[in-house]
Amino acid sequence: MRKRVVLYMNQFFAGMGGEEAAHMPPEARTGLVGPGTAFAEAFGPEAEIVGTVVCGDNRYTEDMEGSRVLCLELLRSMSPDCLVAGPAFNAGRYGVACGDLCRAASRDLGIVAVTGWYPENPGKELYGNDVYAVPTPDSARGMKEAVPAMARLALRLLSGVRMGPAREESYLHRGIRKNFFHELDGASRAVEMGLKKFRGEPFRTELEMPVFKKIPPAAPVKDLRTATIALCSSGGIVPKGNPDRIRVSSAMSWGRYDVSGIDDLTPENYESIHGGYDRTWALEDPDRVLPLDEMRKLEREGVFGKLYDFVSLTTGTATSVANAERFGREIGEIFKRDGVDAAILTST
Amino acid sequence: MVREIERVAGIPVVQVATIVPIMVTVGANRIVPGIAIPHPLGKPGDPEEEHAVRRGLLLRALKAIVTPIESQTIFRE
Amino acid sequence: MKLELCKAFVRDVQWGKRTCLAGGVLQVDKVSALALFEGEKRFSSVDLDLARPGESVRIIPVKDVIEPRCKLSGKGECFPGIIGGPETVGSGSTLVLKGVAVVTVGPIVSIQEGLIDMSGPATEYNPYGQTCNVCLVVQPAKGVEKAEYETALRLAGIRLAWYLADVCRGAGVDETEVVEAADSVEGKAAECGADLPRFVYVCQAISQGLLHDTFLYGVDVKQILPTLLQPQEILDGAMVSANCVSACDKQNTFHHQNNPVVLELCRRHGKDLNFLGVIVTTEMMTLAGKIRSSEYTAKLARMLGAQVAIITEEGCGNPDTDICMNAKNLEEAGIRTVVIGNEVAGQDGSSQGLADVVPEMDAYVSCGNINEVVVLPPMERVIGDIRAIANVSGGDEKSIRPDGSIACEIQSIIGSTNELGISKIGCEWV
Repeated sequence: MRKRVVLYMNQFFAGMGGEEAAHMPPEARTGLVGPGTAFAEAFGPEAEIVGTVVCGDNRYTEDMEGSRVLCLELLRSMSPDCLVAGPAFNAGRYGVACGDLCRAASRDLGIVAVTGWYPENPGKELYGNDVYAVPTPDSARGMKEAVPAMARLALRLLSGVRMGPAREESYLHRGIRKNFFHELDGASRAVEMGLKKFRGEPFRTELEMPVFKKIPPAAPVKDLRTATIALCSSGGIVPKGNPDRIRVSSAMSWGRYDVSGIDDLTPENYESIHGGYDRTWALEDPDRVLPLDEMRKLEREGVFGKLYDFVSLTTGTATSVANAERFGREIGEIFKRDGVDAAILTST
Repeated sequence: MVREIERVAGIPVVQVATIVPIMVTVGANRIVPGIAIPHPLGKPGDPEEEHAVRRGLLLRALKAIVTPIESQTIFRE
Repeated sequence: MKLELCKAFVRDVQWGKRTCLAGGVLQVDKVSALALFEGEKRFSSVDLDLARPGESVRIIPVKDVIEPRCKLSGKGECFPGIIGGPETVGSGSTLVLKGVAVVTVGPIVSIQEGLIDMSGPATEYNPYGQTCNVCLVVQPAKGVEKAEYETALRLAGIRLAWYLADVCRGAGVDETEVVEAADSVEGKAAECGADLPRFVYVCQAISQGLLHDTFLYGVDVKQILPTLLQPQEILDGAMVSANCVSACDKQNTFHHQNNPVVLELCRRHGKDLNFLGVIVTTEMMTLAGKIRSSEYTAKLARMLGAQVAIITEEGCGNPDTDICMNAKNLEEAGIRTVVIGNEVAGQDGSSQGLADVVPEMDAYVSCGNINEVVVLPPMERVIGDIRAIANVSGGDEKSIRPDGSIACEIQSIIGSTNELGISKIGCEWV
């Protein structure tokens, strides 16, 4: 059975005109439009172009929600197995429209969706982690290479075959890591890499070093004596019995516990569950990781205003950055809501 | 985690941790070096000394909270 | 130094009246083997069980895996400082029962260990689905301190492994691998010529406290400064694991004995590189300790005249700082570095995989994302206790499905992301 492919393109590639037609609303076309002929040839017998959705770039980007809904409706009516949008080359609005529609088609219609763009296209910045995109040159002169590349990727995805890494399948990766088995074991790969590096030959590192986001520091607290300060920890300290079953590593959750009636952490009321360090000392006295006892004393002495009633706790070992960031955001929202002035977070 | 709490709540957050390079890498702005991984605010041995050490680290963290800074800062005293 | 690894291939293991190896079948006399542990007061019960490749068997929770080896000739004895005395090992000849592994299995102490499956998808992730496993299943005696229990179980596994080789020392040898090189830097240069790049292997050994330790010649690595070894010493069991958690990347004693970086560099010595030797370094828990060991390591590498360093990590999290420091310090000393590690990229693979990074770590071999989830089918037989999966890093109570299959992160499978690079696993962008 031939796969049903629908193309998406903007007003220019559909032959409707340039900027003056950029406001045209979504429309369905039959037959082969613009690059449709090239796509039909590239797909060969395995798939057929059953229709084309066209929309003006300004229209889509100025009314994203509305345009998306209309385009999806038009798409749906063609019963597609696959959407191929663009290629957008380096056209920013076009890239955003392609990325947005591909993401929606994949999520809401559950179909394969493929686009193509120049790696600096703004569409990639916004949608690159959500859609399959083939790298293209920066202008329509690259159409000859882009079309077969997009068709090839679409057919691979449609076939349901187990996909290889992005670099082997020739698409721009979506920021996701996946395990594969190589020809050589890790040790051999390392020695080969070492020899290449020594000889000044090009080599491919298996993991590039990222650059972490930094934020400007928050303003300091003006008067400590009236400040509410919260204690947090990623050191795996939890109330005895770990009532919320926080994981010993790769934590998926964090817990919020009332310590307003507690002056001191002891093995009777709190414990350490962290899977990444020797817990002997923390079990003996959890204050060594979550310093409630001394904070309480400092509070009573008036060194600062008030110890926030709740401690926010989780385990930091092998916890993915995404989860850690999510916990941080959730905790931050609550602190904002409750007027917490500052926080101390301990980790192991 | 520290960075996101700070960003969302707009409040100073001090991280007390032993492996300072990691805290710097992940973007914590106010850092107080801890004692050791299994007991960042502890010093097993003499209980009196331990309480004094813990208190000292917390006072340093409180100092970090009231100190204006331009960029990531490690508070060593 | 010249070491002959005399391999006797084992393709099956059976119970027998006398422990011996003949015709590729290892027979184990349960009574004699268990007698090794008579009087060991730290255990309330000790038992042996056998698991063979292809069987529907799951072994959980696994503490360590050890390959049976003993000296046939040459100074000292395997596992120096434990079985052997303090003499330097790595010369003469060593019997290796190839195709057998001793697996120590113990109940919940605190945080638990991982699993080995003898069939199914988990066998892709470690060599132990293809070895005939002699499982030592133990329960600690009531009131035994964690430290005591760990020591006892560590020693028991090594003793059993050595016993199996020792009793079979008359067995026929199927294949001998010779690992030979000059002793000195000068000698190695003479046999390799000046053109071959001079490699050093920096082996980071975990040294962080109970359940996260390593022993070198019986010395707790927490207590050492970085030191030099001839590669043959590692092959004779000089490094022994006392690391009981993080199943995926803890180095089993078996991994040390079969260190793939050591073997690969030895095999290529004199051909396309000059393997100067091994620097064993620590993964300390304090910043000062990390800095001390890293600077010391770079100094040793410079004193040897190394031009390239392969660095391996054990574990993840704070040890990521050690590989960063080592990469930086060695590169600044003019030595090209390659690091072998793994990643903690989350179950969906979208997280930043390292706790620490540094621009100098630009040649990285990745041994997998530890968080990737696999579904392991139910097994007919469990050696140990299946409920241990709830406490194993990478699993939780919901891991066991009603049909007995397990959905868990590969973190729970012994050796699945081993950072010595013993397996072909890797990680790519998709």
